[in-house]
Formats: sequence, structure tokens, C-alpha cells
Amino acid sequence: MVLQVSTRSSTRRAPLLTIYAALVFAFVYLPIVVLILYSFNREGVGGFPPRYFTLEWYRQLFADGPIWDSVLNSVIVAAGSVALALTLGLLAALALDRASFPGKALFRRLVLLPLILPGIITGLSLLMLAVFAGAQLSLLTVFLGHGTALISVATTELFAGLQKMDRAQEEASLDLGATPWQTFWRITLPNLKLSLIAAGLLIFTLSMDEIAVTFFLIGRDNTLPLEIWGRLRRGITPEINAISTLIFVFSVALIVIWYRVRTRGLGADARELLERP
Amino acid sequence: MYSRAYKAFVSLPPLLWVGLFLLLPYALMFAHSFWAVREGVVVHDWNLENFKTLYSNPVYFAVLLRTMRIAGSVTLCSLLLGYPLAYYLSFHAGARKELLYQLVIVPLWVSYLVRGYAWKTILGSEGVLNGFLQYLHLTHEPVAFLLYSPFAVVLMLTHIYTPFVFLPIYASLEHIPRPLVEASQDLGAGSAQTFFRVILPLSIPGLLAGATFAFVLSLGDFLAPLLVGGASGTMIANVVQSLFGAAFDWPLGAAIAVCILIITISLLFLSERVEKRWSFK
Amino acid sequence: MSSAEANLTNEPSPAPSALLEAREVAKHFGKIQVLKGISLNIASGEFLTLLGESGSGKTTLLRLVAGFEQPTAGEIWMGGERLDTLPPYKRQVNTVFQHYALFPHLSVRENVAYGLRVKKTAAPEISGRVEEALRLVKMQDFAASRPTKLSGGQQQRVALARALVNRPQLLLLDEPLSALDANLRKQMQSELKALQREIGITFLFVTHDQEEAMALSDRIALLRDGALEQVASPREIYRHPATAYTAQFIGQTNLLRGEIHRSIVTCGALRWPVEEEEGPTIFSLRPEAIRLCADGKRQTHEVKFRGAVRQQIYSGASELLEVDCGGGQLLRVRLPASEPIIGEHEFVFSLADAIRVKE
Repeated sequence: MVLQVSTRSSTRRAPLLTIYAALVFAFVYLPIVVLILYSFNREGVGGFPPRYFTLEWYRQLFADGPIWDSVLNSVIVAAGSVALALTLGLLAALALDRASFPGKALFRRLVLLPLILPGIITGLSLLMLAVFAGAQLSLLTVFLGHGTALISVATTELFAGLQKMDRAQEEASLDLGATPWQTFWRITLPNLKLSLIAAGLLIFTLSMDEIAVTFFLIGRDNTLPLEIWGRLRRGITPEINAISTLIFVFSVALIVIWYRVRTRGLGADARELLERP
Repeated sequence: MYSRAYKAFVSLPPLLWVGLFLLLPYALMFAHSFWAVREGVVVHDWNLENFKTLYSNPVYFAVLLRTMRIAGSVTLCSLLLGYPLAYYLSFHAGARKELLYQLVIVPLWVSYLVRGYAWKTILGSEGVLNGFLQYLHLTHEPVAFLLYSPFAVVLMLTHIYTPFVFLPIYASLEHIPRPLVEASQDLGAGSAQTFFRVILPLSIPGLLAGATFAFVLSLGDFLAPLLVGGASGTMIANVVQSLFGAAFDWPLGAAIAVCILIITISLLFLSERVEKRWSFK
Repeated sequence: MSSAEANLTNEPSPAPSALLEAREVAKHFGKIQVLKGISLNIASGEFLTLLGESGSGKTTLLRLVAGFEQPTAGEIWMGGERLDTLPPYKRQVNTVFQHYALFPHLSVRENVAYGLRVKKTAAPEISGRVEEALRLVKMQDFAASRPTKLSGGQQQRVALARALVNRPQLLLLDEPLSALDANLRKQMQSELKALQREIGITFLFVTHDQEEAMALSDRIALLRDGALEQVASPREIYRHPATAYTAQFIGQTNLLRGEIHRSIVTCGALRWPVEEEEGPTIFSLRPEAIRLCADGKRQTHEVKFRGAVRQQIYSGASELLEVDCGGGQLLRVRLPASEPIIGEHEFVFSLADAIRVKE
């Protein structure tokens, strides 16, 4: 047997695998491409092939009041969720990084739980809390639900940011005469700037798209996903394709920015941090 | 280096919040599962009836089984799609690795609803796929089982979760030091052998993480069945959802939800244990 | 060896103006005792180095003085007042960190100004003092740069300026030169020494490199396993090491183990008269103290022995020979550079150069 000369295995040719990978990519992207395509189709959502390009559906979309009301609601809830999740997430990340207290392991798991549990569990349990507290279901309950569920995202990102930070900087700050409070504002937070932005972008996007938890906490005012959901019950029109396309484009833009922010200055280690979504 | 006051200041608010908005709700749900409903009102009558019902009622049990089957299929298919993709990116993509990675990641975070809706429009009897098949004269009538069936649910959820499964597997593969692969080849093992003897075993933690994730989330999904599942594609979470809706039986719904929660946590716990056994640091 | 004994074999503590006093300072981390009752005085204006291997406790002691750890026992006093009860930001002590710990989001000038800013110093005074500090370390042209754009040596100077601008009573340096390459290191050593002389601030320097310690310090405090092995000036510690450990850690030496019997010490093939008590003993003999005995004659104060040259390592200015004296006894001899030496030869050393050391 001839001993093989070791080659740079990362760029070896493997035609079958390449084709397979391309097919998987196609599978992941095709439905969305189709959806976008048909948002310009005059003859509606189905059938093949799509003929007659039109912008009619987008025109209808922009004139559709209730949809934009729900967009506004979603933005308000998302912005609030970002504030809530980042604040509590930052504190939680600091606590996990620096403090030790009984039940810390349980606390860590509890904070991360909403990330891996099906949304229905989080949604229902919060619904029961709302009923227990005698609260009316409304955008406020939705906001509390999103904020709570998304603390996990903030904690994960910020904790990773803290670990990457040079601990000696905080010591240096104390050494130079700054109090712990001053050190936090002048040194710790600026070092976490990238993590905060990345977490904020992600939380905003996730909140805007959230359905499962929102489903059980929604009151009279709809968020965008719930508004679309309601219309689906009534029948599908290409207008829904249009709004879906816009959502897609907007989300992609935000996520690309998020990814860039995250990997800036972090290099290859960034991919490690993306291990658990 | 951090004073007691500092540590208390950072720990207390999240602890309190988590206690109030996570622990308490779970506790309430847990409590509800032991209660009952009489004449349209929830009564705090502690009993185990709800759990017995879940066990003995053939309809519920059948739905639970179907849910498990669907979740299993989704996990399997996602792995079959996600693993080779991750492998390709890690070992064969070369300079384009970074770009391709972004291309896989980005749709992951794009709206569930958008992606589910896309499938709805594709699979329907008037949908794109049927239109395409008829256009090519491959069929003359719409193929019915494409939409409103377990098949559709599996298809949609596989689409959703393939990128989810890809991520941890890719991370695992990237962690494998390339010299190990080279050593294997140096010792005479070909690509396939190297894969099965070296790469696959070392990627098991990532594989397990991804698989658990996909299974657990599919298990508790109620939106996909509502979008594309129809009557034959109902899953256990839909049962829960209706019990909290029109069928008004919160205690029973809570009981089923608690079961889902227990199954989920057990699987996560088990998966973590096995992952630890298989990770070599 | 207790610190009391260590002090006996040294020069007396310098001038009564002891700036820093550590009194029986001890530190546990869980079950591990990292520092075992250290008592040490540092004089004002002195350059004292804490020297030791990793794990000797030198960094821990430094951090105790800086305030990032609390002693589990003992006290630290500075300038007549209790230091260890103060948080780090209230101490008149500043630190130069091993990896500099410069703030990446601030410019060089802002880094240096940091300590003055947080104490709400007036703006004109800040800019004046910052300029002065930067000039002192020759970094005035880089005031607007970001730390990440600077080389290791440059970052180190900025770190120094950042600490010095606050005019601390004591400057702590935690292996600041260890991340630099050899040539830069030597250069920085002499700059650091000159700087300290110029500004007169007390320096407490930590290193594991004994050559560095010898080059820079007024006094060296050698730490071993959390206790002070010896505290003395470089010359003193080199010429009169108190223990075998010290003799071997600082410079190279031959450890001669043997017995004293009736005023004669016998270490393998070597014998010479001593005025010490009977019993087992160890002597330290530096390689450079031994010379070739060309003419076979020896003086009364010298010891002669015979050995075969096993190995010869040439290093430019000198030769290091490994000499076999029989019975497995190998001695190292350092001679000025010469031609290769082979075979059996006679060597001599002066009685006074054989220093008795403790285990």
C-alpha cells in the first residue's frame, strides 16, 4: 500500500458532495425565491409559470392601513424588548461571570431555557401568569413575554463578550483611581459595545418575527406576524407575498449587519460563539 | 475583586425577574395540570385525572405518537441535509467558506411565518409545485397529499430546522484539528475511512446538540400543522392550543404541556450527558 | 527559612525611611497557601525586585499591595498608615500590568489622562502632566494613536506613562518586559533603570528572570514557595547566597555536598580546611572562581584538584568546561576563551570562594 502524501484536505475536490451541498442550498433558498417571485405575479399565488409582472400587490400593501398599524405595534414591542432584554441580560451576564451564589447553575439554565423550549410552553405559562395577576392581554403582555424570552439571547451574547474582555483593564482602571461604578461606565460598557449592538439587532429581529409566544399573549392590537396570520385564515392573496418579501429583505439586512458587527475584531472565534442560536 | 454590593446589584434584578416571569409561570402551569374544569370554570380540585386522560384517551395518544414520528422524521431529514452541508463547508469550501457560512446563517433568522407561508403556497392543489408538475405534463391532476398532510409538516419543519442543525455540527467540525485528518491519511486511511473513524466520532457533540434541538422544537410546534398540516397533520401542541382556546380545558391542556416540558427537559439533559462523554478537550 | 533568618544573612535593611512594610502577610487560595507569613520592608526611592519561579507567590504579593486581593493574615502599611484595608482606587499605588491592559477604546493621551480624569483634575493641569509623562517615556509623538496600533515596546511605555502620571508613592511592575523580545528587553531594562533613578519613585518589580533582577535592582527579594529565601543587593546575593536554592537560582554554581570532620571538609575528590562544626554540609562554588593551574603550584589559600575535561562549551567570551573529578563528581568550570582543552588537568580555586550554604 502506498502511503498517501498528505494534501491540504480543506480544498480537495469532491464533486458528488459539492452537488449535494448545492442541492441543500437550493432547498433552503428555493421556497423563499418562489415566494418573492410570485409577489410580482398578476395571476396570484399559485400555478405555474408566473406570467405578467405587476406591482399591484405592493400598491395594495402600501394602502393597507391595518398592516402598517401592526408594523408600528411590532416596532414598539421590539424596541421595548431590546431595552428590557439588554438591561436584564447584561446584569445576568455580569452575575454569571463574576458572582457566585447558591442556585447559580439553576439560574443559568433557567435563563437559557426559553431559547430551547418550544414557544407554546413559554407562551402558555406566561398566559397563566397574566390570568393569575388579573392582567388584560395587550401589547404590554406581549412586550413582557418577548422581553423575558429574549433575555437568553442577550445573556449569551454579552457573556461571550465579557469572557473575551481583558480582565486586567478593569483592574487597571481601579488601580488608576476609578471606583467600581466609574469603571463600569468608562471601561466595561465600552468594551461591550459590539456585543450590545449585536445582541440588540438580533433581539429586535427575533421580536419582530415572533409568533409562537405572541399567539397566547396578544390582546386587541396585533403585531405584524399575528396580523398576517389572521389574514391567512381568511384566504391567501399575493399581497401576503408582498409583505413577506419585505419582511424577508428587512430581516436579511438586519442579520447581515448583525453578523458583520459580531465578527468585527473577533475573527475566527466568532463562529464558535454562534454554536447555539 | 468585586465587592458584595456589586455582586448583589448584578445578581438580584435578573434573579427576581426570572423568578417572577419564568419560575412562577412554570409553577402555575404545573399547578394547573392537577386541577379540573367544572361547568366552564377552572376549579382548584387537586387530582390526577388529566394525566390519566392523556394516557387512556386513544385520540390523544395517537396524536402524541404521530407527533413523535414527525419530530423524528424532521430530525433525521435535517441531519441528512445539514451534516453533509456542514462537512462540505468545513472541509471542501476553501476560500468561499466564510461567504457560504453567511448564506446558510442568514435565512435561519428570517421569519418562521414567511418560510411556512412559502411552503403553503408551493404545496397547495393550486400551488406552485402542482402547477409546475402539470406544466411539465408529469401529472394531470393536482397531487393531494402534498398539502394538509404530515408529509407537508415534515417538509416545512425540515426546511426550518436544517440550518439549526447545521450550526452546531459545523462548529464541531471546525474544532477538529486538521493535523488529525492528515495523520489519518498519512497512516493509510482513505477519505471514507477517515470520515467514519476520525471525523464523525469527533463531531458527535455537535450532531447531538443539533439533533436534540430539532427534535425538541418540532415536538412542541403548533404553527406548522395549522399552516400546512390539515386534519391529518395535527400535532400534540395543537391539542394543547385548542384546549386553551375553543375546547376550554386549561387543566388538561396544562397537563399535556407539562408532559411536553418533561419530555423536552429529559431529552436535553440526556443529550448533554452523552455530549459530554463524546467530547475530548 | 523564616524571614528573620533571611534578614540576618543580608545587609541590614536600608535607611529608616521604609515606605512599605509587609508584616507577616499570608494568603490562602482555598486549601493552597500561596504566601506564608512574609515580612518585608521597602525603602523610599528603592528599586526592589520580587524574584522567583512561577508559583513562588511573587505576583500574589504584588497584587496584595495593589489591592486586587486581600491578605488572609498579616498587614501591609505604607507611609505610616494601614494599606491593606483600602480598596485599590484609594491607594497611592499604581501598577504596570504584564500585558499592559491599555484601554483599546481610548487614545494614548486619553489612556494616560485616565487616572487624572477620574479624580476630576482640572483640564489644563491634565494636559500638562500628560505631556510631561509622555515625554518621559518618549511617546509624545503618539499621543493621538490608538493602543492597538502600537508595538509591544511602545504599548509598554504608554502603560508606564499612564501609571507614572499619577505620581504614586509606589510603582508596581508585574513582569512588564516578559512579552518583549530579547533585544528590546535589554534596551527597556536600561531605560527603566535610568527612569527610576531620574524620578526617584519607589519601584516594586516582579520577574522570574534572575539576570533582569540583577541588572535592575537595588535589592532582590527571592521568593520560594511562598516564603522569602533571601533579601539582599544583587552583589551580596550573588557572592554570599544563603541557601543552595539561592546559589543555583541566581547565576550558575557547583553545589559541593560533603562532610566536615575535624576541621576538614571533604566533598568528593575535594578537601580543604574549614573552621566549622562537624557534620554534613553544602558549599557553593561558582564556575568562574575556578581556574586552570598551569604550573601545578598552589597558594596557601587555594585548593587544588585534578580532573578530566568531559565537555567544553564555547560561548564567545568564555568557555564552560565539565570536569570529571572521579567517583561521579562533575564540576563546571568557567574559563576565559581559549583553545580546546582535553584530557586531565589541575584546577585551583580560592578558599574564600567556597561559600557554605544551607539546604
